Amino acid sequence: MKHVVTINKANLKASAEKGGCGKCQSSCQSACKTSCTVANQKCEAER
Amino acid sequence: MIHKFKQLGYNIVLDTESNAVHVMDDCAYDMLDLISAPMNEQMPEIFLTMLRDYPENDVRETYQDLYELYQNGSLFAPDDYQKYSDTMVKSPVKSMCLNVAHDCNLRCGYCFAQTGDFGGERCIMPPEIGKAAVDFLIKQSANRENLETDFFGGEPLMAWDTVVETVKYARSIEKQHGKRFRFTITTNGILLDDEKMKFIDAEMSNCVLSLDGRRETNDGIRKTMNGGGSYDIIVPKFQKVVEQRERAKKDYYVRATFTKNNLDFADDVIHLRELGFIQLSAEPVVTDEKQPFAITNADLPRIFSEYDRLCEYMADEKNPHFNFFHFMVDLDQGPCAIKRLRGCGCGNDYVAIEPHGDIYPCHQFVGIENWKMGNVKDGTLNADIKTYFAKTHIYSKKGCSGCWAKFYCSGGCNANSFIYEGDCRTPHTISCEMQKKRLECAIALEVNKAMKE
Repeated sequence: MKHVVTINKANLKASAEKGGCGKCQSSCQSACKTSCTVANQKCEAER
Repeated sequence: MIHKFKQLGYNIVLDTESNAVHVMDDCAYDMLDLISAPMNEQMPEIFLTMLRDYPENDVRETYQDLYELYQNGSLFAPDDYQKYSDTMVKSPVKSMCLNVAHDCNLRCGYCFAQTGDFGGERCIMPPEIGKAAVDFLIKQSANRENLETDFFGGEPLMAWDTVVETVKYARSIEKQHGKRFRFTITTNGILLDDEKMKFIDAEMSNCVLSLDGRRETNDGIRKTMNGGGSYDIIVPKFQKVVEQRERAKKDYYVRATFTKNNLDFADDVIHLRELGFIQLSAEPVVTDEKQPFAITNADLPRIFSEYDRLCEYMADEKNPHFNFFHFMVDLDQGPCAIKRLRGCGCGNDYVAIEPHGDIYPCHQFVGIENWKMGNVKDGTLNADIKTYFAKTHIYSKKGCSGCWAKFYCSGGCNANSFIYEGDCRTPHTISCEMQKKRLECAIALEVNKAMKE
């Protein structure tokens, strides 16, 4: 492709099929705890 | 749904439902304004007129590139996640915040815990309650193995015996129950000494250190009980903690709060880096909008330009490296879509325990009687409140399903929504706007890294 560079794998849909195991950290989103936002967390499922 | 934005000189396109991030040249970026799903294989000829500033061959090629993305599911991917949210049920509890001290040895002007007492009496959690909370968590966690406990307050170092005894108790029984406890602590640092630092290094997987940046910023609001500044007391202690934790390869964050008083907060972040701290965070204050330091809609343009400034500073390789918590995003190995539907798990897989053992959905709900869920001493837990939060997700919150940021913020902070909007399912607009700006910066920094590799 000459006009577009894709930075990452588009894998969110696949993650829905196998997701929800609950092994990952909770992710408080309040401003007073630095454990904010979901997206910067890692998936901790055993692969 | 797509979201287009320009940051750090790149034309960036996020395809929300696939989570694909694309960098496009001007022709592709402009063409996207003319396209919506479903795409046809043949480009509409009118595009040649509408994009007349670009050579015809480029326009045709560009359309084929975009069509290829559409075909492979990374552009205009359909939103078919609601079926998962419809089946959301209660989860085991795997995480708890222990408010071990409803008391504090600082008097910070913006404290949401009302300088530590959460609007009630000043008190310390007895060790027996800490241990009962551990038993409660083990029992409520069902088959979850990784359990998190955050020592919070007020100021948790004021309840040091409870912290130590709770950790030792959890460690003594975790294996027999097939669990792994991960402890964290959030402290203002006043009571830190060598003994406590040693214990924290040994037992806490993360240590969050509160400091607002430059001396004048910090001391203007983080005051000691006699009204003096706290900067000079805290900074040397934090530098020692951080040196030890970096040596031990343990996580920490130095976290600042910014208010209307320091809308130039990028300078506070940069100052924290100058003090030698690498893992940094600066978060907008949560407070009553009537407070003089509260952030309001009128402050947003200034805050956005400050996030831009920080983003540009971090992208410039000549500047010292640091991680800024809110500009961190994992575009490849982030949480699964199921996790992203409802985010923090407040009131469902995460709860807060106050010093008497009363259970609340999270630390920000503590003291609000209607949200009391039970008590760790008798093991009660309100199933209706748990179910309410289990079903509070991006498809049940107002406006979230149509927002491009929904899989990154997962609907935002329920407590913020309740405190500001009176409803956990009505997101707080100012928080949303800041979150979206931070996400753009975070994605742009990842793009910048990838494009330079």
